[in-house]
Amino acid sequence: MQTFDTIREMIIEQFQLDPTLITPEATLESLNIDSLSTVEFIFLLEEKYKIEASDRVELRTVQDLVNEIDRLVAAKQGGLPAKTDTA
Amino acid sequence: MKRVVVTGLGIMSPCGNDPVTFFANLVAARSGIGRHSRVFPEDTTCWLTGEIPPFSTAGFTPMRLGTLDRTTLIALLAARQAIADAKLVVNDKARAAVYWGTGLGGAGTMEESYRRSLGHVAKARLKPSTVVMTMNNAAASEISLDTGFTGPAYTYSVACASAAIAIGEALRAIRNGYCDCAIAGGADSLLTLGSLKAWQALQTLAREDAANPGSSCRPFAADRSGFVLSEGAGALVLEEAESAVARGATIYAELAGFGSTSDASHITKPSAEGQARALGMALDDAALKPDDIGYINAHGTATAAGDLTESDAIKAAFGAAAMRVPVSSTKALHGHVMGATGAVEFIAALMALRENVIPPTAHLHKPDPACDLDYVPNKARRADNLHAVMSNSFAFGGNNAVLIATRFTC
Repeated sequence: MQTFDTIREMIIEQFQLDPTLITPEATLESLNIDSLSTVEFIFLLEEKYKIEASDRVELRTVQDLVNEIDRLVAAKQGGLPAKTDTA
Repeated sequence: MKRVVVTGLGIMSPCGNDPVTFFANLVAARSGIGRHSRVFPEDTTCWLTGEIPPFSTAGFTPMRLGTLDRTTLIALLAARQAIADAKLVVNDKARAAVYWGTGLGGAGTMEESYRRSLGHVAKARLKPSTVVMTMNNAAASEISLDTGFTGPAYTYSVACASAAIAIGEALRAIRNGYCDCAIAGGADSLLTLGSLKAWQALQTLAREDAANPGSSCRPFAADRSGFVLSEGAGALVLEEAESAVARGATIYAELAGFGSTSDASHITKPSAEGQARALGMALDDAALKPDDIGYINAHGTATAAGDLTESDAIKAAFGAAAMRVPVSSTKALHGHVMGATGAVEFIAALMALRENVIPPTAHLHKPDPACDLDYVPNKARRADNLHAVMSNSFAFGGNNAVLIATRFTC
């Protein structure tokens, strides 16, 4: 939940949205976060978590965003390649 | 041909962030120039600049602010002011346009991207919005997005003549029926270390008067030493006159004339011949004679070449009337706002027309004998029922643009 809470706070701050709207299931589209804003927001997350989201991963919901950040952080900590499992 | 009127003004400038404050500061000869607020870590030079006073960004989310270069932000704020001032009603947004000028577009974002990329930040990565923040048409496009205007949204990048040419081209578009109304103007914010050093290298920047930094820019004076780099945005709402009258709009003036020429002689050295042709062309376009002009807001950059050439050009175009027409350079107070200068100074001229007050050329205590026109030194002057005013913008590259506004009568 820690990543979700952090991302939720950042979404509220950056987009000035009603906090009740930011649920794991909420789609970025429903929050009016378009593709350009999404990549810009991911850039902020990269700066915060000191990670690099080099892969292009489809992110539809807030939970997708949380999962991707968790994966990248784990990869960085474990020294594993940050590769999306597409199998 | 349709007539065109100015129905709204917006401004973000070192002398104030609304037209009334801006003009009051010009009339009172209160300078917006001072020592730059930002200390650059790479260079401890104490720079002299004209910075826009602090302003509200209420209504912009942090994400939105983070994806707008400062040039675009001040352009948007000036455009919103102008639209609110005009109480603009647009029935057909496809007939509404944006004509915008800028010299260097998103200069701040561009320089930051260079700074990060070229070794100052380890493994630098750039903001994904860098491209859309730096492109020269960012401001015009954001104004189009903000207003919903779906007519043309054009950007004119013609150095210091950018905004004047944008306004002139908007005039032609409305006159000829390509659109019914437009937001026209320009913006630039290039108070970056790279820009400052580049202008310094060209030996065009004013030496600081340590006792009074705000008085360092001295157009037409014997002790001039150049201009002060500033930031700013100016926006005008232009409307087809009949429809503006029909909707009961408050009309500042008729945008009556536009002249535009190129010198084709030198990349930096101005040409009196090229400038005089632009002045004459604007007079012809407005169907006016030199004696009709009651005030000229000069380009007046406080460089020896610029001041003398402009004075010669006015003499060539105005003949005997040149010695009678009041000429002032308000750059002494707001500095050189680069691509925005044609809009910011045209707003000064429009306010002069409205108030019947001519703003002075400040800091003109030691006249240059070679500059012998009436430069309205140091003190504003009340005018007797101004009928027409002119604003000159002359750019590196040899591009000359002149705008004329007249008191509107149906």
